[in-house]
Amino acid sequence: MDLSFTKEEQAFREDVRQFFRDNVPPETRRKLVEGRHLSKDEMVTWWRILNKKGWGVTHWPKEYGGTGWTSVQHYIFNEELQSYPAPQPLAFGVSMVGPVIYTFGNEEQKKKYLPRIASVDDWWCQGFSEPGSGSDLASLKTKAERKGDKWIINGQKTWTTLAQHADMIFCLCRTDPAAKKQTGISFIVFSMKSKGVTVRPIQTIDGGHEVNEVFFDDVEVPYENLIGEENKGWDYAKFLLGNERTGIARVGVSKERLRRIKELASKVESGGRPVLEDPAFREKFAACEIELKALELTQLRVVADEGKHGKGKPNPASSVLKIKGSEIQQTTTELLMEVIGPFAAPYDEHPDNSNEAMDWTAQIAPTYFNNRKVSIYGGSNEIQRNIICKAVLGL
Amino acid sequence: MDFDLSEEQRLLKESVDGLLTDAYDFEQRKKYMKEKGGWSRAIWSKLAEQGLLGLPFAESDGGFGAGAVETMIVMEALGKSLVLEPYLATVVIGGGFLRHGGSAAQKAAHIPAIIDGSRTLAFAQLEKGSRYDLSDVTTSAKKKGNGWVIDGEKFVVLNGENADTLIVTARTKGGQRDKTGIGIFLVPADAKGVTRKAYPTQDGLHAADITFTGVEVGADAVIGDPENGLPLIERVVDEARTALCAEAVGLMDESLKTTVEYIKTRKQFGVAIGTFQSLQHRAADMFVALEQARSMSMFATMAADFDNAKERATAIAAAKVQIGKSGKFIGQQSIQLHGGIGMTMEAKIGHYFKRLTMIENTFGDTEYHLRRVSEGGGLV
Repeated sequence: MDLSFTKEEQAFREDVRQFFRDNVPPETRRKLVEGRHLSKDEMVTWWRILNKKGWGVTHWPKEYGGTGWTSVQHYIFNEELQSYPAPQPLAFGVSMVGPVIYTFGNEEQKKKYLPRIASVDDWWCQGFSEPGSGSDLASLKTKAERKGDKWIINGQKTWTTLAQHADMIFCLCRTDPAAKKQTGISFIVFSMKSKGVTVRPIQTIDGGHEVNEVFFDDVEVPYENLIGEENKGWDYAKFLLGNERTGIARVGVSKERLRRIKELASKVESGGRPVLEDPAFREKFAACEIELKALELTQLRVVADEGKHGKGKPNPASSVLKIKGSEIQQTTTELLMEVIGPFAAPYDEHPDNSNEAMDWTAQIAPTYFNNRKVSIYGGSNEIQRNIICKAVLGL
Repeated sequence: MDFDLSEEQRLLKESVDGLLTDAYDFEQRKKYMKEKGGWSRAIWSKLAEQGLLGLPFAESDGGFGAGAVETMIVMEALGKSLVLEPYLATVVIGGGFLRHGGSAAQKAAHIPAIIDGSRTLAFAQLEKGSRYDLSDVTTSAKKKGNGWVIDGEKFVVLNGENADTLIVTARTKGGQRDKTGIGIFLVPADAKGVTRKAYPTQDGLHAADITFTGVEVGADAVIGDPENGLPLIERVVDEARTALCAEAVGLMDESLKTTVEYIKTRKQFGVAIGTFQSLQHRAADMFVALEQARSMSMFATMAADFDNAKERATAIAAAKVQIGKSGKFIGQQSIQLHGGIGMTMEAKIGHYFKRLTMIENTFGDTEYHLRRVSEGGGLV
């Protein structure tokens, strides 16, 4: 047992960090630190910088542009990326549909889609959830009917993140209405520019526009856009959801936020002294730090295990990472609210920009509101508990 | 970065687990509890035979030169079986003082007897008003000729009832809470002027309040610097905390296992109560708490070797906070999920809960260590 990083790993961390210092556009970083939304252009610009360096699709097999890094290197890269902070690669393309295509797709599909994911020539979105199918995803109703060499798709998806920017969608569609719920589903990809696709924004409680409803009215899709086998889509979806494990805890994001809280709490005063000097606040802060340290080590245990024994089946430990990681992220946003106190209230930028700490107060309440999502998406924390019960405890 | 045990460590784990599986189920434990002083000499001999009592000592002192990971493995196993024997007091704490601070003569006088199981130790540190402050010492040690005279009272001394040798903290200089002026003394438990009032503790162990009245010891009784013992005390107590974290992980692991087994078999409304989602989710949360605690126990184990005393202390304090929280949650929920039967002395789960509860209040509780992490500048 040795929990320290090797010299090579430490040097790797330094290289990664230096690259971020030299290459992340300062305005992009500032916006992330302050909890602001980035424009499509800002994100794509950064991802292309990453891809040019060869770090766009780090965990893909080398033949498709991956790095061949060890599990620990992936961990370090993710942590540095999250805590710098810089925008993470677009999960829908890089972590979700990419691995499905190179694992289950045919040669033609690999050639057609993979390079454009890496270069962000295609922005992908995920067509999974529907109005009636949230946690019970397999109950989905969007239909794809075979008609000659085409699929005709009808139905509705929802919570489609950043669909307003998307060029492509990967979609779970019911292709065999007679089959039992998990068995009649296929995994089909198509252009968001197709005739019959309508995107309607959903405004979330933070006032932002991240998610959308997407409607399909007789959308015609070439038959060859089916990935893998017909009616095997549920297996690919499970593969996809279990594939992204080590980033799920978002340890780097929480670390960065804790540093920010500390900085802010040393500037904002309460009763004539900085909030950071209030013993009650400090102890809450320390409690959060400890939970995060424990989570970081739990995550490293999963990473080390993957490095030794291969990725294999989805590891139920990822449910622990999801539950704790989301709880800690939410706690950090609560601490932010506590620091800012009454100045959480103004809906837009506070008119008094003279106080440095007040510059970004307008983003704190929205960040807090927005972060309620993290215990809901990607399989709600209650679903994660079901997974632990079934896969670990045998209940 | 490697969380796996080495081949030797794996064998150690197998051997200690094997011993306890054979000799330490809950019914056998009840018998050991009734023996003189509340633990079994036969088991202690078996631990000695397997070399477990000599693990951390240097090979030149007759030990095996094992490190913090080996102690973690043993303590976790002892926790799993709710072992009563004084491993913490004798090997971890007593042995710790001798290893890190003992003179060659002191080592030669005590370590072989610890290793062969013929001698147990106890750490007489807590005083009526000292609570968790290791530098709060009123028991005095005054110079007399070449030796010392010790006067004062110590409380809740773990294994104090049975120990052959006491390790006593006493003030040689300065005021009650001064960081300097504290000495560490080896005192035979049968020395003139030592009186012990023994009693069982809530978790089934045995302790004693010990009074020292004009107890005379020689110059060779002092471990380390008689006027600056605190750094050594802090180091050894940090090792004790780390060992307690591992013991607690063993206790939590077994509590969760026992509880999950119970809700799979206990039937109400015609079905196993483990089919109810409200109970399942509680069990899942217990698993999350256990994994977080396990990670921090490993963190503390690694930190025990940190060179920087402040970093070491902060890391171990952080681990003690996590163990305190996870232990309280798992302990309480284990009782809740067991329902009425969990309230009985007859069921084993309550005994795990009680030991977990006492661990939280040993060498600093969750609040105390949270404050230490916060005052130490935190972990980020």
